[in-house]
Amino acid sequence: MSSNSLVSISDISRDEILDLLDRARYFEENPNSKILDGRVVATLFFEPSTRTRLSFETAVNRLGGRIIGFSDANSTSTSKGETLKDTIKMVANYVDLIVMRHYLEGAARYATEVTDIPVINAGDGANQHPSQTMLDLYSIYKTQGTLNNLTITMVGDLKYGRTVHSLLMAMQYFNPTFNFIASKELQMPEEYKEFCRTHGIKFTESTDFSEDVINSSDIIYMTRVQRERFTDIMEYERVKNLYTLHNSMLENSKPTLKILHPLPRVNEIDRDVDDNPKAYYFEQARNGLFARQAIITRALGIDPRK
Amino acid sequence: MSTTKKELAVAALRNGTVIDRIPSTALFQAVRLLGLEHSKCHVTIGNNLHSGKIGTKGIIKIADTEFPEEVLNRIALIAPNAVVNTIRDFEVVDKRPVRLPDTLTRIVKCDNPKCISNNEPMATKFEVVAHDPVVIRCHYCNHTVAGTDAQIL
Ligand SMILES: [Zn+2]
Repeated sequence: MSSNSLVSISDISRDEILDLLDRARYFEENPNSKILDGRVVATLFFEPSTRTRLSFETAVNRLGGRIIGFSDANSTSTSKGETLKDTIKMVANYVDLIVMRHYLEGAARYATEVTDIPVINAGDGANQHPSQTMLDLYSIYKTQGTLNNLTITMVGDLKYGRTVHSLLMAMQYFNPTFNFIASKELQMPEEYKEFCRTHGIKFTESTDFSEDVINSSDIIYMTRVQRERFTDIMEYERVKNLYTLHNSMLENSKPTLKILHPLPRVNEIDRDVDDNPKAYYFEQARNGLFARQAIITRALGIDPRK
Repeated sequence: MSTTKKELAVAALRNGTVIDRIPSTALFQAVRLLGLEHSKCHVTIGNNLHSGKIGTKGIIKIADTEFPEEVLNRIALIAPNAVVNTIRDFEVVDKRPVRLPDTLTRIVKCDNPKCISNNEPMATKFEVVAHDPVVIRCHYCNHTVAGTDAQIL
């Protein structure tokens, strides 16, 4: 097991988070270099995710590293019944780092236990996706100049949305105030509210996406409300438009407000928001490149700032 | 002490182990956890006995057997208040509560069908996140389950 692996955002400390953000800032200023010259990185996508794979592979390429791997499990021996353990042990013979995405939850954690090569979790089912959290944190840090004392409003699917859960956990060190805005069926699970209470994190909860909440926010984090999450389709029809952000709703919001969304969006952010300078979701995705360069160099024990 | 002696005397044990204060609903799970289905020793099982503390309780007596601590502590998963009495020559020589270990390896099956531990030949692993009532979390997929609902392997 390598201690440089990154499986879950809750595995790393406040100082490590801040170090990763500083690395990301460095890479934004210096995106191209040869610091991975001679290194080989495996991108093992047992489940396809073009967006995440391209981001990781670009991160490696821009730092001069080489890539081997596959983009879906059908092209591998997994489809012939090989165990994950055997696949990981085989690949570990060839590479310095494994970036993996898997449809099974806990797959990346298990992979770290069968190899000494560092492993980066690029998503394991509905469980963890720490590079998404790092790019969210970097986007917040960059736009607000700090992570401390911010009011963050989370909207949409707070029950199943793993990005909001991971972001909540990661923000525990920075004295945030959260507003949880969701329909009854998709409210923030009790275990995360309990996490807030035990960590002294202030939060409010409402089914109403009101102007007061919007105007108090430094960050509005929008998520997708998916029809298949509802047991009652009538309920979905009733609420689907209640959690859509329109440009007119931003009239009296803070000048420094930024709107984030993990993408892809469907209709939870109206297109009329896109041209508002407060819309940040496209730049947010671009920050993923720098966040992933930060995570990759940390995993390989390379410090670009030295 | 006198009530304990009276109950233990129901089937007086010369040497062995008596596990007391098991909630009635957890008794047969406890029997399984101890692997008693395969025991050749004299085993006495009592259930729905009156108990002031936990309503009704179960009790298990196993003759001529002493269990390693890690085996006994598995009982804590479903019966966090169980008490283990070690009997030698008709006397209770040791009496102590069970203690749940911080991690449970190869004891519980994860209830998440999409968990790696249900799809790969590997040991399951759970961490204890709360003690009374017991709540455990899968080391791999992070699903949590109450100790009493855990599927024991
Ligand atoms: Zn699991």
